[in-house]
Amino acid sequence: MNDRFNLYRFASPATFYPLAGRMIPWFAAAAVLFGLAGLYLGMLVAPTDFQQGEGYRIIFIHVPTSWMSMFIYLVMAFWAAIGLAFNTRLSGMMAQALAPTGALMAFLSLWTGALWGKPMWGAWWVWDARLTSELILLFLYIGYMALVAAIDDPRRADKAGGVLLLVGVVNVPIIYFSVKWWNTLHQGSSVNLTKSSMAETMLWGMLLMALSFWMYSIAVALTRARTLMLERERHTDWVKAELAETQR
Amino acid sequence: MLEADNLECVRGERRLFAGLSFTLEGGELLYLQGRNGAGKTSLLRMLIGLLPPEAGEIRWQGEAIHRQADAFRAELCYLGHLNAIKEELTPLENLLASAHLAGESLSEDDALDALEQVGLAGREDLACKYLSQGQKRRVSLARLVKEQRALWVLDEPFVALDVAAVDWLAGLISAHLQRGGLAVMTTHQPVAIPAGTVRELRIG
Amino acid sequence: MFKIITSVIARDLKLAMRRQADIVSALFFFIIVVSLFPLGIGPEPDLLRKLAPGVLWVAALLATMLSLPRMFADDHRDGTLEQLALAPHPLGMVITGKVIAHWLVSGLPLAMIAPVLGIQFDLSSDALLVLTGAILLGTPALSGIGAIGAALTLGLRGGGVLLSLLVLPLYIPVLIFGAGAVDATVSGLGGEGHLSLLAAMTLAAIGFAPWASAAALKIALE
Repeated sequence: MNDRFNLYRFASPATFYPLAGRMIPWFAAAAVLFGLAGLYLGMLVAPTDFQQGEGYRIIFIHVPTSWMSMFIYLVMAFWAAIGLAFNTRLSGMMAQALAPTGALMAFLSLWTGALWGKPMWGAWWVWDARLTSELILLFLYIGYMALVAAIDDPRRADKAGGVLLLVGVVNVPIIYFSVKWWNTLHQGSSVNLTKSSMAETMLWGMLLMALSFWMYSIAVALTRARTLMLERERHTDWVKAELAETQR
Repeated sequence: MLEADNLECVRGERRLFAGLSFTLEGGELLYLQGRNGAGKTSLLRMLIGLLPPEAGEIRWQGEAIHRQADAFRAELCYLGHLNAIKEELTPLENLLASAHLAGESLSEDDALDALEQVGLAGREDLACKYLSQGQKRRVSLARLVKEQRALWVLDEPFVALDVAAVDWLAGLISAHLQRGGLAVMTTHQPVAIPAGTVRELRIG
Repeated sequence: MFKIITSVIARDLKLAMRRQADIVSALFFFIIVVSLFPLGIGPEPDLLRKLAPGVLWVAALLATMLSLPRMFADDHRDGTLEQLALAPHPLGMVITGKVIAHWLVSGLPLAMIAPVLGIQFDLSSDALLVLTGAILLGTPALSGIGAIGAALTLGLRGGGVLLSLLVLPLYIPVLIFGAGAVDATVSGLGGEGHLSLLAAMTLAAIGFAPWASAAALKIALE
């Protein structure tokens, strides 16, 4: 199977490990640069909101983390599908490496949502459709991580986690729309977070912050994937050679 | 014809065996031998298609088993080290249920006849939880009496059987081989199978 | 092809009948949980009527969770699950049979007892009817989605708790539309829309879940 297709070469941990090692600093640097630019636009350039004052500036964290939390789940499902279809070792590790970052993004999104909600709605938590969906997404991340952690055999963990991710990704839109419908039935439409009259600088700020979080997620996930590779393949020759290299 | 081609088995972090190949023709019995943990049961589970091999391929009648899943399983009879009987059901119900679930039509008379042959006459209507270990094993083995499938895969079939039952089972396997059937089994106690060609394979 | 489904249902029902205590205890769990709410909240009929759909549905979800871990675990322990996986039929068909059997012994009794519990919450006869219909329509989806969780957690340490962690978030749409149907009837809007969505979810779950469970079971059996 390994030499049927050229891409399989990159799916082999021995090839991917050094490649990832070379890529990480670049993604980390990009995360810092985009982050600085985004924060500059968001904190200093973007105008003060006439309704919400300075407090609204937390959306420069809140919105990008929400986007990333959903995007990372999709990427994990993509790796899961690849892993189940082609039985590649790398895919499961990538999905596992992404999970904690995705959960962190969902958590940050909820946390900043609460911080923003207090001055806006006068409550830390409201059962807004988006917040509720985000909470359920966090549950899905936690469920995935708990399942993978409970299985000792890494291959079985990868595959079982992959099935769960695919089931989850089919369900996410159903959950989202049912929560949205539930919300409109019970509360009427809540405050619209993304006003159409958003200033252009604000949009740019958010996009830059989203790029920064994206690059950060890649850098962190690759680092975690490298650790997973070393741990799982610790009996193979390439890992022994790699470790001998670093000790010298 | 059952062919194993260059099989490799990895469990957890250990490579149990690699480069394992054999060919088994009709009328032949393959004895798997090896110490505990050598991978005998893993090999059996590969042969029945429950455990995908790390490398290599298993072919039945010339075609890989994972490409003909249903057709291959229709010619396969597997007895694991677990009895695969329900404690709440009677021996008769167990036998009928397992035949139906395997997609076979077994008449009640045939089932009663099979139970009589394994020495469970008079116990047909007693829930299996009241039977002894050896008797439960016999309920499980009763499946083989009317079994016409070509490939038998047996994991430690002689465990928990008394001397008479061991002879009876050896006779049953001989009859299967004489019909042109194939059998693969693991066992710790060497048992003489009167008919057919017996081959041995040592793992690990 | 469909004979395998009926064979599996017949076997599982026979086993369930030999072990009626399991069905009865899940049912009493449902009754007790629902009866605890008025004690915690207070006996005001208006409040209870408003809470009834949610309380009954959440209790139904929890009662379903109770019986899920055993869906495959017993068969796994005595080796019959291997034999089912080796049957010359697609494993998804076998699991469809198991899902239907699970619903017959867990979801159906809940739907039968739900109207009686609804009376405790002062629901009108219309609302009781919709409640029963919603539980009848929604619980097969719970059995189907639950089968995926049961297969994924088969043989794991702490499988029961893990199972609820995996499955309960996926139950949310069923909860929303199940309780929503009763809610809409109580408030006079009519619950037909909710009921048809529930039916759609159940159909999707029954069609899709057994194959996902089959993939998960094959992984667990390796």
